[in-house]
Amino acid sequence: MNIIKFLDEFTSESLTQKVSSRRDVFGTFSSLGKKAALAAVPFGLATGSSKAFAQTGSKAHEDPLNLALTLEYLEAEFYVKALDSGVLPAGRPQDVYNQISKHETAHVEFLKTALGDDAVAKPTFDFTVGGMFDPFNENGIGQETAYAQLLALAQAFEDTGVRAYKGQAPNLMGTPFLKPALQIHSVEARHASEIRRLRAFVLGEVLNDNALGWITLNNRGPGMPEATQPVYDGEENVTQGGVNLVTATGFSATSVSQSFDEPMSGETAVAIASLFIVS
Amino acid sequence: MKKPLIKVETSVETHSKQSNSRRQFLKMGGLAVAGTSMFLYGCSDDDDSMDPDPGMVFDLGSGDLGILNYAYALEQLEAAFYTQVIAGSYFAGASAEEKLILQDLYDHEEIHREFFKAAITGAVNGDTSKVLPELEFDFSGVNFGDRDSVLGTAMVLEDTGVGAYNGAGPLLETEAYLTLAGKIVSVEARHASAIRSIYLPGNTEFAGDDVIDANGLDKSDLPPVVISAVVATGFVVTPFTANQLPTG
Repeated sequence: MNIIKFLDEFTSESLTQKVSSRRDVFGTFSSLGKKAALAAVPFGLATGSSKAFAQTGSKAHEDPLNLALTLEYLEAEFYVKALDSGVLPAGRPQDVYNQISKHETAHVEFLKTALGDDAVAKPTFDFTVGGMFDPFNENGIGQETAYAQLLALAQAFEDTGVRAYKGQAPNLMGTPFLKPALQIHSVEARHASEIRRLRAFVLGEVLNDNALGWITLNNRGPGMPEATQPVYDGEENVTQGGVNLVTATGFSATSVSQSFDEPMSGETAVAIASLFIVS
Repeated sequence: MKKPLIKVETSVETHSKQSNSRRQFLKMGGLAVAGTSMFLYGCSDDDDSMDPDPGMVFDLGSGDLGILNYAYALEQLEAAFYTQVIAGSYFAGASAEEKLILQDLYDHEEIHREFFKAAITGAVNGDTSKVLPELEFDFSGVNFGDRDSVLGTAMVLEDTGVGAYNGAGPLLETEAYLTLAGKIVSVEARHASAIRSIYLPGNTEFAGDDVIDANGLDKSDLPPVVISAVVATGFVVTPFTANQLPTG
């Protein structure tokens, strides 16, 4: 299946009820400039279109797994290119990216096997987002800046991955795919924690509450581009299962928000991934 | 005939089976084993002297309630452990970074524990007879003045938590509970990653090959595996049973 068609179809179901939140996403991302408009194309097509999928029975797992596969394609290619770029310093940075790369590539293969003929094709990615970034130092931005961008993008991808898998888990209930999806979900969280900690180390911010392995309120953290804010919006939640845990426990909103990661809608995950998808 | 008690269950197991579960936990502990030999002491036989009145022993329950009580037990264990960590001499002299991490882990696990207490109490309409009581723990096998003992035990508990939540998720019937478990397990995985990163020597141990398989999948353990591993530590003093938990 074509990736744009899939992204279009994925969002069409919930599009009518959630138009405003989608606008918010693009409002923030519009700071990236004209690329954002381009990224919005898949959704433009969706408006008013008939429901593309009437998911029933044994096919119900396809949408969530294809969304997961899309995110894994994105991550897998990102880490391979990062390792090939020569930007990453030897030692911990290269070792960490190599280990994550191994997992993301394995996730792609695992999901492709699970989906069989229903797997979406790999999109063409643009990690510069139309020239806004130069994470692989292909356009001469310089090693130091490229490295900072590699770390920032990795953090955004991993934290997005954690939230996106969490958001799709309920859609996989009662299928044999829930178990492996949860097993990937926690691997993404391990990655996110280490990338965040590596970034903090590189920035000299290891004691900064906003640069720990876990997410504090909706803070994206020091040095993270404003464009990544949609990855963190909603993480400030302190009410779980109807219980305000600041009131119930006496712990601060900072600690309570850190203790729970929040799910992300498929729509938001698609919007974030679409920024990096050319076709 | 009385139902088997968790505490008793291990002590009446055949010797070979018992050493199996012990080996399993050591395997789960991976590299931590070298620094945390207390697990070997933790599973020494304690005869039947602890055998309590079966009528007084709490059973976790069935269905989603059972799973929630199971998670509550694990969070009680983690919270109790970190309570002692931050009161201990290793913590007092730890680096600022390790102190911050351990303090956060204490905060998070306390919050998780209190969340489950409130959520389960709400789910059973305040019928506290169905809510797992406050468990008693014995961490005498942990040296809270020793880095290997503190961080090694923390690593095992966090990795165990990740595998436990991953295994329990598919057993849940209520969507809201699955989402809540998902909100917690990724934080446990962030903890596990950070502890492994600061404690283990290699640069890839945050998601090491000992816990992530060739498909890039994390641990996923069913309740009986987790419970016998936890029992084998000897940390849990208060007996409880898990006779009605869903098995998949």
